[in-house]
Amino acid sequence: MPTVTENRTGGGAVKPPIERTNPPNSRKTSGNHWWKRFQSSRTLVLLMLPGLAYFLLFHYGAFVGNVVAFKEYVPFDGLWASPWVGVENFSRMFGDADFWHATWNTLAIALLQLVFFFPVPLAIALLLHSLTSDLLRRFVQSVVYLPHFLSWVIVVALFQQVLGSTGLLNSVLGDAGLHSVDIIGNPDAYKPLVVAQVVWKDAGWGTIIFLAALMQVDEQSYEAAAIDGAGPWRRFWHVTLPSIRPVVVLLLIMRLGDVLSVGFEQMLLQRPTVGPAAGEILDTFVFWQGLVGGDTGYAAAAGLFKGVVGAALVFAANKVAHRLGEQGIYK
Amino acid sequence: MTTAVRPARQARPTRPAWVEKPKPVTQAGKAVAIVVLLVLVLVPFLVIISTSLASNQEVVDNGGWVIWPAHPTTRAYRQILDGGIVTQALGVSVGVTLVGTLFSLACTTFLAYALSRPKVFGAKPVLMLILFTFLFPPGMIPAFLLVKGMGLLDNYAALIAPVLINVFNLVVLRGFFQGIPEELYEAARLDGAGDWQTLWRIVLPLSKAALAVVGLFYAVSYWNAWFHASIYMNSDHWPLQQVLRTYVIGGAQIADTGASEAGMVSAPQTTQMAVLVIATVPILIVYPFLQKYFTKGVLTGAIKS
Repeated sequence: MPTVTENRTGGGAVKPPIERTNPPNSRKTSGNHWWKRFQSSRTLVLLMLPGLAYFLLFHYGAFVGNVVAFKEYVPFDGLWASPWVGVENFSRMFGDADFWHATWNTLAIALLQLVFFFPVPLAIALLLHSLTSDLLRRFVQSVVYLPHFLSWVIVVALFQQVLGSTGLLNSVLGDAGLHSVDIIGNPDAYKPLVVAQVVWKDAGWGTIIFLAALMQVDEQSYEAAAIDGAGPWRRFWHVTLPSIRPVVVLLLIMRLGDVLSVGFEQMLLQRPTVGPAAGEILDTFVFWQGLVGGDTGYAAAAGLFKGVVGAALVFAANKVAHRLGEQGIYK
Repeated sequence: MTTAVRPARQARPTRPAWVEKPKPVTQAGKAVAIVVLLVLVLVPFLVIISTSLASNQEVVDNGGWVIWPAHPTTRAYRQILDGGIVTQALGVSVGVTLVGTLFSLACTTFLAYALSRPKVFGAKPVLMLILFTFLFPPGMIPAFLLVKGMGLLDNYAALIAPVLINVFNLVVLRGFFQGIPEELYEAARLDGAGDWQTLWRIVLPLSKAALAVVGLFYAVSYWNAWFHASIYMNSDHWPLQQVLRTYVIGGAQIADTGASEAGMVSAPQTTQMAVLVIATVPILIVYPFLQKYFTKGVLTGAIKS
């Protein structure tokens, strides 16, 4: 108590008295014994409770519901009274051609995204970074970030209105006396279309992390390279690329670990326009089997399978990163 | 006067001396690339807004599209905002966004603050518990069964409670709180402030930028959400995005526009575009505020951790 009044009036001489008296004191009260620690931080524990309750209920509580994957769900009986069926749902799933087809579509779209989406943000970031006008750069940044904040409903609607059979592109082509192109609703064009949508929506936003990495590159390394006679291209190759490599590797790993998720909302919205043969991915398979078809246990099995494989992939990708001497997502 | 100013401005070394002057070809290439980027993003917006403002006749004459309306009219807007389905959906969207953002921001802030302080009872296991959910989400079917089991079907709480806290936003705020100098906490404690008062009087006023970003992220995600509404809510309680989904992507007519019969009904194209614009406008309004903080490193700093 005396220290408090002393500090209030004392002004400048705040630090020494604190360091002498308080840290040992606070360590004693909030030290090893859990009850003491609880006592000294009970306001904070109280503040933690709503959030903790949310995670326990809607993540861990919901997670328990995965037992339905080993049951035959009867809505009238509810989750707990429904009969157990062992791994029947899983064995049925492994023999289901539709399931494997959905898996194949998922992987194909993920691969296309990796090849055609992944480099775009890097390219745009390099372009933006090379602009000498701050004003122009900020303006272009603002514009290309924007689509990220639109919902998938709006993005899909925009694409349908621009590329659809009666859309903008085709009316322009028609006016020019050219053949119309069949993009929306054409199963063959579906995979390129969904990748194009992801590029339109998120390529601009994806630049944010590359731009941050480019800002961190030491200006002096460029200068030294230039003085040693390196042209723009060699400076890019020997200075820029090595400097941003950790970020690129990190993003690649995250993408590989998440390879079974290729945009549930986007695919769900457009599956009806092309049908399941072209448009079904693992997530929409779960949705259609379970929430539309009512085959709850079976759908949960497919969802659980996806979750387990997904977690294993994250682990594996992280291991690979450590092997390569990169940081990875966690240590 | 101007001739004196201009060279001085150009001489300002925005490009370091050791960088060679780019070739005209490179410059032209960059200019083209930038124009292409801007056109690709902006033209769809222009066309949608123009079409929504055009008259029916003009839309029909142009084969369904208008780049620039000759006689702008707000009829499509007046029609759908006249107390029909779209009006109601707009109300649902606004309500869920406001209430959801408030609860999400409060719970995220409290949790992030508690997890950012040292030696809090239980903080470490709680943090591990939360980060683990990132690795292994519960899955769509179990989540649905839980909401159903809690009796939340067709309850607006089903649109908020299951997505109350976003781990990424939590990490952003926690990182920001941890960046506040320890001396300030110490000073507050010496002034006799408890943890609650410290949060209220010291931490929150210092964190306005971070709170604004996280709040806007929550608001945008509530505004844009439609999937949970489609599985949990009856159609008369749908938010705008879900209505937009059925009427624009699904191609159904907007049945109950609240306007009088047949003759008054706007060409579907103008009406659809008007709904699309209404669903987009709030994003365009908050966007400049969001944009302001991107450059400030609030996010990039947190992404790294």
